[in-house]
Amino acid sequence: MSQFAINLIFVGASFALYIGIAIWARAGSTKEFYVAGGGVNPVTNGMATAADWMSAASFISMAGLIAAGGYANSTFLMGWTGGYVLLAMLLAPYLRKFGKFTVPDFIGDRFYSKGARLTAVVCLIIMSVTYVIGQMTGAGVAFSRFLEVSSATGIWIAAGVVFVYAVFGGMKGITYTQVAQYVVLIIAYTIPAVFISLQLTNNPIPMFGMFSTHVESGQPLLVKLDEIVRELGFQDYTADVSNKLNMVLFTLSLMIGTAGLPHVIIRFFTVPKVADARWSAGWTLVFIALLYLTAPAVASMARLNLLTTIYPAGPTADAINYAERPDWIKNWEQTGLIRWEDKNNDGRIQLYNETPAFAAKAEERGWAGNELTVNNDILVLANPEIANLPGWVVGLIAAGGIAAALSTAAGLLLAISSAISHDLIKNIINPQISEKGEMLAARISMAGAILLATYLGLNPPGFAAQVVALAFGIAAATLFPALMMGIFSKRVSGQGAIAGMLAGLVVTLLYIFTYLGWFFIPGTNMLPNTVDNWILGISPLSFGAVGAMINFVVAFAVSSVTAAPPKEIQELVESVRYPKGAGAAVDH
Amino acid sequence: MADHNMNAAAYWSANLRYISISLFVWALVSYGFAILLRPMLAGISVGGTDLGFWFAQQGSIITFIAIIFIYAWKMNKLDKEYGVEE
Repeated sequence: MSQFAINLIFVGASFALYIGIAIWARAGSTKEFYVAGGGVNPVTNGMATAADWMSAASFISMAGLIAAGGYANSTFLMGWTGGYVLLAMLLAPYLRKFGKFTVPDFIGDRFYSKGARLTAVVCLIIMSVTYVIGQMTGAGVAFSRFLEVSSATGIWIAAGVVFVYAVFGGMKGITYTQVAQYVVLIIAYTIPAVFISLQLTNNPIPMFGMFSTHVESGQPLLVKLDEIVRELGFQDYTADVSNKLNMVLFTLSLMIGTAGLPHVIIRFFTVPKVADARWSAGWTLVFIALLYLTAPAVASMARLNLLTTIYPAGPTADAINYAERPDWIKNWEQTGLIRWEDKNNDGRIQLYNETPAFAAKAEERGWAGNELTVNNDILVLANPEIANLPGWVVGLIAAGGIAAALSTAAGLLLAISSAISHDLIKNIINPQISEKGEMLAARISMAGAILLATYLGLNPPGFAAQVVALAFGIAAATLFPALMMGIFSKRVSGQGAIAGMLAGLVVTLLYIFTYLGWFFIPGTNMLPNTVDNWILGISPLSFGAVGAMINFVVAFAVSSVTAAPPKEIQELVESVRYPKGAGAAVDH
Repeated sequence: MADHNMNAAAYWSANLRYISISLFVWALVSYGFAILLRPMLAGISVGGTDLGFWFAQQGSIITFIAIIFIYAWKMNKLDKEYGVEE
């Protein structure tokens, strides 16, 4: 059977499964549509949240980023997991007790203001729409590589499948498809990693294999890797970072941003009890960790595999002849994601780091520049081919990559559509709307959100790489501080919260646009995006944490000069702090 | 009523205490061991590299999981002690 047929079977079977689940889990009420009826088991919810959270970026790009950056890019591993500690202790249990449907619901009620609700809706829509573009394009890439259709066709197919289960099933359909998608993506990620770990270290568990002995050289794997990259002019894989302030702030921004993402927060509204919300955050991180503990192993092993493929006799000997390159390099050359240019006309593939410090050595070896460009994103997708695994594993990776993109897209689309139908229509524009009317509005906004996401996926606005950073920056600087202050302070007033959110949003956007261009339009940046120009060496991607601090300071300052929240709001804050009853304000 | 309020305040301050301890450990393993204190831990080797590298790539994630489960367990016990469990 051809590889194409195998891929088609795997992807087709996974789609049939998702649609089957959608038919079984149709939403009958707004409560089912928004929060899956509020009766999801905490372990099930943990699995669904893990799929909801792990996007195309986690599945496809993260290992490549770590492979390229080594220790320095550990920030993604810590940043994208540490946020769950914040969610479990600072937000999820109290928002579950509050017991409504959306994130702006809490902000609107707690800060007794339609303005606050509207600010939250605007922030939510900006971050979710930018985030969903990446998922649609990610699905398009996976389709075009594995199913030999154009990227555009791939995006339309993906949109069609999401349409079926998200519009009819709402949160209920999305929850159970996300569980299935989690299973598909974790199997797809783990199997090639286990085989590669066995080949390199004889250890079947990648997370341990990474720290054990490299069979071929008899040295620890990371020592071997450091040796090879050093010989080729790269920084040591395990080398320390000098700009620690930026590393801390970037990690912190990712953590706070994660905790402030509405599509993740609303998943905790689906469990029956406050205690379940706490357990569920723990289970979510367990399921995420299965992938996140494997990712650094995939990264180091793939980097080692790539370099030993290019330099079969070691980095001090000659590089491989282009004519003798393995099949996987040929396959990926066709996609343009691996490119070779014979700069010194010796027919060999020289891969090294072109730095001034290495120039003398390169000249001595007769090299005229780095000849191989490898896109980071292919490492995970090419892993089965690099390890010579059978065709069905490649099919599985295809289904896994698409599952990662679709599950996150569906979660984001639900967050967008519920903000429109519930917060805008039901709570601001037309409070008299009937249950049936709101349900229809929810489905129409879902369909509209899918169309918008498809349109943006087909015509990505040229800044796709930066948008995820934007989403995290906004989540960190706006929603997370507002939610946290709403729970932990009775004194923060409506005016304070609005001022805080707007200050956080505006300052963060200004900082990002200063270096990346106004609305990401190339050439409109006011300062070059380099370390020397960053204030205190803080990168625009790390600025969310600073935006959050500005939000807190402004909110407290404005609250101290405005009237305290009314008594019933203070009672509301009391009530969300205790799992049972209306809280201390009610005399039982 | 007065008694109930005192209980509620004690419950909330116990929660805040658990949160502070958990956040201290959360920051210690990630910002501490994995980033700022890494040079100090360079002497402790783990599988061909140092302890700080392990914390950055795996140790902090494992610690985060432990923190959440311990917090959930302690809080669920606290809920029962104060009679506020659902």
